[in-house]
Amino acid sequence: MALSNVLETPAAGFNFDNAARNAALEGLFERGQAPKPLKTGTTIAGVVFKDGVVLGADTRATSGEVVADKMCAKIHYIAPNIYCCGAGTAADTEKTTDLLSSNLTIFSLNSGRNPRVIMAVNILQDMLYRYHGKIGANLILGGVDCTGNHLYTVDPHGSVDEVPYLAMGSGDLAALGILENGFKLDLELEEAKELVRAAIHAGIMSDLGSGNNIDICVITRQGVDYIRPYQESEFKDNRKIKYRYRPGTTPVMTEKVVPLKLEVVQESVQQMDTA
Amino acid sequence: MCRHENASQPDVAVYRKESARNGINMDTRGLRSQLKDSVPVAGLCPHGAYGVQDSLRSGFSSVKNELLPSHSLELSEKNFQLNKDKMNFSTLRNIQGLHAPLKLQMEYRAARQIQRLPFLQSSNLALDTLRGSDEAIGFDDILNDPAQSEMMGEPHMMVEYKLGML
Repeated sequence: MALSNVLETPAAGFNFDNAARNAALEGLFERGQAPKPLKTGTTIAGVVFKDGVVLGADTRATSGEVVADKMCAKIHYIAPNIYCCGAGTAADTEKTTDLLSSNLTIFSLNSGRNPRVIMAVNILQDMLYRYHGKIGANLILGGVDCTGNHLYTVDPHGSVDEVPYLAMGSGDLAALGILENGFKLDLELEEAKELVRAAIHAGIMSDLGSGNNIDICVITRQGVDYIRPYQESEFKDNRKIKYRYRPGTTPVMTEKVVPLKLEVVQESVQQMDTA
Repeated sequence: MCRHENASQPDVAVYRKESARNGINMDTRGLRSQLKDSVPVAGLCPHGAYGVQDSLRSGFSSVKNELLPSHSLELSEKNFQLNKDKMNFSTLRNIQGLHAPLKLQMEYRAARQIQRLPFLQSSNLALDTLRGSDEAIGFDDILNDPAQSEMMGEPHMMVEYKLGML
């Protein structure tokens, strides 16, 4: 531990020590050379149907112009009856949804009740507004509770909207076209799943930031069906050779065994006080 | 224990003129109200290790660098708990009358005194229970936990700073 001229213990939470350095460095890097955070340039969609809510997402995570993760899980667990799709900076969505899930678990342990979707939305709103949009998390929350089936969207700045069908992310325009065309009130389960699948598929085809497989999550009063993957992309890479080495590939030239001699120097027995 | 702060107010007019830094403009107009009683004196305690200005990380030392924060959220985060309490108390005063915040503030003041010495980590259990933050998890519970910080302050200096004798 370094002893230094620290006069007060550092405050918990976010640390802004490097902000001055980053501001100075940003001027030095040319456009595009600074390292980019992992974003989920995404298509996520949700639809309210007769018995519940269907959420869908693609599985590509990009870091600049490179696909960083081909099987990224964008549908996060919040509560047994509430799930959340996240677009934006991957770390921000994951941490925010983790915190939200922990808070709701504490609440349900304290009160003995299942959390409602509107509680999750309020907690998220407070949390995101506090940071004025610096936490880049665009979220779609869907769930079934005692008041009905709900689908909400939350922006990074904290604005909230409740809608019957929704798409977010970089592929949202394409997905929204499909949803606008095919949505009706009180859809059946299979129709709703097919609608969401078609919407995500349109996003994948029309947007560079979305791709690979489609995940679907169906939330009803009876339970949750998280189908991952619902549809795999036809363009999976077929690796022809395996890249692992079989045991015995490297020949052994010589072998020398030196046993470590350990001798017991001192033995002391301490009774545990279990009174 | 009262603490004497260095009561130098920043010169707001100067900062309004010079608020461009590396081409990034920051609006300094509302900052005077937010720079509460925590304005450090430049040059007395530079932020690098061992008391020497760390030019590699924070650039050359200047008065402006030390007084103005470089991130727009830094001030609002530093004063967040304070502002939240003030807002809650003033709402309570408007709804229930002066007695409600007075009684609550008396309890807060009592709970705030149950602390260890400054270089040790105190649990603040009573204060957390009063505020209701023992049932909520936020970013300040997982990030930068002071109980696990790698830097240890010198105990004598920290106590003297808290008592205002430094």
